[in-house]
Amino acid sequence: MESTVVAREKPRAAGGAKQHPSGDNRFKMLEATMKRHQYQADALIEVLHTAQELFGYLEEDLLIYVAHSLKVPPSRVFGVATFYHFFSLKPKGLHTCVVCMGTACYVKGAANVVTAIETMAGVRSGETTGDGKLSLLTARCLGACGIAPAVVLDGAVTGRQTPDTVTQLVKGWLE
Amino acid sequence: MELSDLQDIARKERESQKPIRVRCCTAAGCLSSQGQAVKSALDEAVAANGLEDRVQVIGVGCMGLCSEGPLVQVDPAGTLYERVEPRQCASIVAALDGGDADANVGDTTRPFFTRQVAVVLENSGRIDPERIESYIAADGYHALHTVLHDMTPAQVVETIIAAGLRGRGGAGYPTGLKWATVAKTEADRKFVVVNADEGDPGAFMDRSVLESDPHRILEGMAIAAYAVGASQGYVYVRGEYPLAISRLQTAIRQARRMGLLGTQVFESPFNFRVDIRIGAGAFVCGEETALIRSIEGHRGVPRPRPPYPAASGLFGCPTLINNVETYANIAPILRKGAEWFASIGTEKSKGTKVFALAGKITNTGLIEVPMGTPLRTIVEEMGGGVPDGGTVKAVQTGGPSGGCIPQSALDTPVDYESLAQVGSIMGSGGMIVMDEQDNMVEVARFFMEFCMDESCGKCVPCRAGTVQIHRLLTKIRDRRATDEDLATLRTLCEMVKQTSLCGLGQSAPNPVLSTLRYFPEDYRALIGAPSEPSANGAAPRTA
Repeated sequence: MESTVVAREKPRAAGGAKQHPSGDNRFKMLEATMKRHQYQADALIEVLHTAQELFGYLEEDLLIYVAHSLKVPPSRVFGVATFYHFFSLKPKGLHTCVVCMGTACYVKGAANVVTAIETMAGVRSGETTGDGKLSLLTARCLGACGIAPAVVLDGAVTGRQTPDTVTQLVKGWLE
Repeated sequence: MELSDLQDIARKERESQKPIRVRCCTAAGCLSSQGQAVKSALDEAVAANGLEDRVQVIGVGCMGLCSEGPLVQVDPAGTLYERVEPRQCASIVAALDGGDADANVGDTTRPFFTRQVAVVLENSGRIDPERIESYIAADGYHALHTVLHDMTPAQVVETIIAAGLRGRGGAGYPTGLKWATVAKTEADRKFVVVNADEGDPGAFMDRSVLESDPHRILEGMAIAAYAVGASQGYVYVRGEYPLAISRLQTAIRQARRMGLLGTQVFESPFNFRVDIRIGAGAFVCGEETALIRSIEGHRGVPRPRPPYPAASGLFGCPTLINNVETYANIAPILRKGAEWFASIGTEKSKGTKVFALAGKITNTGLIEVPMGTPLRTIVEEMGGGVPDGGTVKAVQTGGPSGGCIPQSALDTPVDYESLAQVGSIMGSGGMIVMDEQDNMVEVARFFMEFCMDESCGKCVPCRAGTVQIHRLLTKIRDRRATDEDLATLRTLCEMVKQTSLCGLGQSAPNPVLSTLRYFPEDYRALIGAPSEPSANGAAPRTA
């Protein structure tokens, strides 16, 4: 079992980050983060942040790897990864569109923006299109209430959006 | 680092100031409307005209009026340019010596600016948040020096008690009392924690303070740590705020390099280390016991209190937890004295409060007003009322834990007690204005959906109760409900309020109860014989 292989190769105290059996260099960077936190269990959330940044999402093997490295039960790692909205256990699409659903954005029509994209792209909020091109997500509040409704398009926050302006922008991604 | 070094830095910083300073907002709101491009264009225009030795372009934090961003202000003239586009920057620079620029000039004499009293936001929009020298030149870290060399921890706690500062996270617990409790508890290890998990939808004060003036929080934390006897601090900040996180990281690095954090701060025996913990998107983590679990690397699930974190908190040690805005008040109190602070505000609510004004309002943005300012002044005078001649229907304060205040109660002064009397709370300071188009059943349902999703699931009243309340509200919205459902809704709300484990569940019914109290017609219009729903899904108002 892969997990036992990982468990046997416990992180060494010195001598730099170790190589993961897969040869994937991203594991090296993940190791570096864990090492910085001295493999302490309370750094779990920090480590998952780094893991998601490196790999895009938290797949099962990755969670098991983290569990073994930090010497915490996999159940706790799963528990934490599924508890927080920020962590995703499914891969994201090529492009992401996050519509802010904070109160200010809501009263200024954010729900209509979501509906417009859902209809146009044939995807439901929180899901990714079949061809993997677009993930449509909603955020609780971006704290950008001054420019409501706010939409994050591939990481860039844009303000004062309408159903028309957003669908125009997203349409380009789907072609 | 000693006092003379600090004064040297401040003097050099002031001397290096050029005669004309162009301040450009680089906080999140303005950045997302091309703020960075505006700053670059200003830099280019200054260089192109060979004005580098006279003119300085500074990236600053939030200037408050977010809806008109990106904002650019020129010192010493004070001219404020609104909605600046990069192509207008050349003309702004050309107009520095007089003349008109091809850009919108904002009126700085309007109530939005003149009614404000800046304590927490005194440096916001004035200093460069990415340079510690800029903060030091604005008297930064002087209070910390005074505290470490001229005051005992007990004197610091007494000063905070005398100032009458109350927690700005929402509940309004007296800050000095909290500090005194942690200080009194005997332990080898203690912690100070900043709650920067601003999860209330519609609130962005904490974000703005962290992005505009991060050193102020570090200084406040260090003073608190000295007062209660802690040597380690954590800032628990939302993952949704990447700019705030990066500016905080920069600030910690700079302060550490100058010996203002770390071992022997200001050559005194006081050691203080600060680490950042990034939240991962769970509203319940704003609750202090849940936040502690999250810092420890667990699911953010609350536990019953007592014991309070002041007795047993992070890793079982006494822990002081305060909100960002609370810490932001500390340095000014020690710099200017407890009497000065206590002279602002009302008898029971001292000082100022920062509000994030948003929703159906002309001037959206951040304001800071003395406690006790009537809601009407904030919404109508400063905020400029509802755009396009609409009327205010309700003002929602305190997010999902708060309530909706009706138009008829707009004369309520904003202080902890008065807001509680009208069935709402101060909360962290989100203020959303709603107009006649907003249906209050929809609004209540929106908040309940939020609480239902965010309930951690540990206790049944909150886990199951929020789902049932949401179902009932949906039933009402869909015109399938009866009078009996309305009665059930009331009972259920009261039960969830009284039996939930933590603040999330205890306050989740507030938006429902306050809308039931003030807008019964919105509910009643949807009960009984089904009629034609209006075009936007909102209920027609009964005559």
